Amino acid sequence: MSAQLEDLKDSAAAAFVALLIFGPFIGLRLTDNDAGNLGLSTRPVALILAVIGVFAARLLILTWARHRPAKLAPGLGARVQKTGKFIAPALLVFAIVMPLLPGLPNAYIDLGVLIMTYVMLGWGLNIVVGLAGLLDLGYVAFYAVGAYSFALISINFGLGFWECLPLAGILAAFWGMCLGFPVLRLRGDYLAIVTLAFGEIIRLVITNWVSLTGGPNGMLGMPEPTLFGLRFSMAGGPGTFAGFFGLTPAPWQRDAFLYYVILGLALLTNWVTLRLRRQPLGRAWEALREDEIACRSLGINVRNTKLTAFAIGAFFGGFAGCFFSARQGFISPDSFTFIESATVLAIVVLGGAGSQLGVVLAACVMIGVPQMLQGLQIYRMLIFGIALVLIMIVRPRGFISTRRPTVLLGKEAVAIGGELRAEGRG
Amino acid sequence: MAYALQQLVNGLTLGMIYGLIAVGYTMVYGIIGMINFAHGDVFMIGAFVGIFVITALTGLTSLPLALLAAFVFSAFICAVYGFAIERVAYRPLRGSFRLAPLISAIGMSILLENYVQVSQGALERAIPNLLPGGITLMDENGFVVQLSWMQMAIMAVTLGLLAAFTYLVTKTPLGRAMRAVEQDAKMAALLGIDTNRTISITFIIGSALAAFAGVMFLLYYGVIDFYIGFNAGIKAFTAAVLGGIGSLPGAVLGGLLIGLIEAFWSGYATVAYKDAAVYSILAIVLMFMPSGLLGRHEVEKV
Repeated sequence: MSAQLEDLKDSAAAAFVALLIFGPFIGLRLTDNDAGNLGLSTRPVALILAVIGVFAARLLILTWARHRPAKLAPGLGARVQKTGKFIAPALLVFAIVMPLLPGLPNAYIDLGVLIMTYVMLGWGLNIVVGLAGLLDLGYVAFYAVGAYSFALISINFGLGFWECLPLAGILAAFWGMCLGFPVLRLRGDYLAIVTLAFGEIIRLVITNWVSLTGGPNGMLGMPEPTLFGLRFSMAGGPGTFAGFFGLTPAPWQRDAFLYYVILGLALLTNWVTLRLRRQPLGRAWEALREDEIACRSLGINVRNTKLTAFAIGAFFGGFAGCFFSARQGFISPDSFTFIESATVLAIVVLGGAGSQLGVVLAACVMIGVPQMLQGLQIYRMLIFGIALVLIMIVRPRGFISTRRPTVLLGKEAVAIGGELRAEGRG
Repeated sequence: MAYALQQLVNGLTLGMIYGLIAVGYTMVYGIIGMINFAHGDVFMIGAFVGIFVITALTGLTSLPLALLAAFVFSAFICAVYGFAIERVAYRPLRGSFRLAPLISAIGMSILLENYVQVSQGALERAIPNLLPGGITLMDENGFVVQLSWMQMAIMAVTLGLLAAFTYLVTKTPLGRAMRAVEQDAKMAALLGIDTNRTISITFIIGSALAAFAGVMFLLYYGVIDFYIGFNAGIKAFTAAVLGGIGSLPGAVLGGLLIGLIEAFWSGYATVAYKDAAVYSILAIVLMFMPSGLLGRHEVEKV
């Protein structure tokens, strides 16, 4: 009985704090009165409901904490790991056949393209954060460099998507190196703020260099990707995809094609990452994450290792940016704000930094769910923020936190818990 | 000369506000080693509570009383916010994966911004200048250098708060406890310091300082919206890092430097690139002094 009384007291305290927190913001509303001056109106009902909601939620959490079974079922991570052998190929098959499913509304293919873009960004950032353990809060800079490289090169020099793609990647990688040099000696949060600052500098330059980039108005008129020279046009006729194959032009053909392009690019990122992890460079990245001093002592060139991590991560960011720019046909600095960096980083961390499959799951959750909430436009980002906090509290190590060692001395691979793995100090 | 003096006055005022926010960042970083990304949004909450109080009290009481009420009430509400944010979003993640509190803090920041946007609307809210006038420092061929009452008040309040805060950290038992937890939380706990309570108090004090900065920002610029926390937060974070994160004098120094860089860059170069200038100088300083201007050099043990 006393336990319940304690819970009630605790919940009442939470409700009191909630009253103070919500009081000014939910209870009051700034209004403009007729004279153009500010006035205040009150919303007592909403405030009371919010406070009661907090009280009930706290009471529920406390009651559940007392009555939950002592032994929890094996975590999601372990289960996913067990069935992981089947999940990854199953997801891949689904990803490949998805756009061809009959009767699928175009909006879903579009959503697929969006999710795949973030999967690709997540995999790119995973190289920097998950493998090399370098915290990068400004990844969107490389996305922006890729997008604007494509726009500038294609508009000024008349090159197509496929010619620009490697150029965009190389330019982004170059900027990755530029960022890498000054931050080589920095650790942890110093690295975080400099990468964040770098992302902001790129965005500010794009916004203010109006003669080159069009400033806040953005850029228009980039060519769309073509399939071996075949355009996707609703007009049909010779030289277009539909005309060449004798099909009726339909919007889904273009969307499906774009989907396969980004799927291919994302899989390329994944393949390169997985290959690199087995090679000296990838092992050096992981060693760097585990212990930088040990790396140095064993003769690993820390400078080159860090720079390649930044460069390769940026390279794929540039690819994704190039694709984004080609698909939208319009880019402006608004697409490259800090919130994008934060979203991609959240995808990597939620997935369980370092896990390729985790990134896919996290991208589906983080990008797919907000899209479903389009109807709740103004509440969308609010829910996004709440979800970030809640997911981190429930699963601080991400969806897939167990790890299989990359290098083995014995015969059998043993998956270890995420808490045994270092996360790098850089 | 006169122009430079005016920029100096403006830069110092802005720098004081940044410095106050930066102190909150650096305290939280010092004690639990995490970047409290939501700190800038607590500053924004403080500015909004200030505008509520000033709107409600306008015409009811005298101006000094209304301002005092705005500061006190805003500091109180923000202290509650700081306490609740730490309890809900950070405490469950203490001692966990290093990136987890960072993501949680970013989530909290997005949450607070949109909470204010949804509950108060996205419009900019403006109040008239409540302390018009000032003194003339210099008159050079018609270019008048003004030090407004508002700027003087901001500097006086900031210096007073910093003095009180320095006293608190260096001389009181609470300050000793804070420094002890910062150095070694486990050892401090063994010696009977309630670390949870100390960390909570750190958040409460940091948030109250941010609230003061928020109300001063509101009074100085007269215009706020739900987004001011992002920019001010990033600038203050930059200030904390520039001065050497974890160092209190460093945070104030970094804040003043950034205020001055912004003012002089806007005055002599282009306003458009003032933020880029701040970030570039940060990157350059860190290239040569990886621990910031006043930061302790980290000693690594193997």
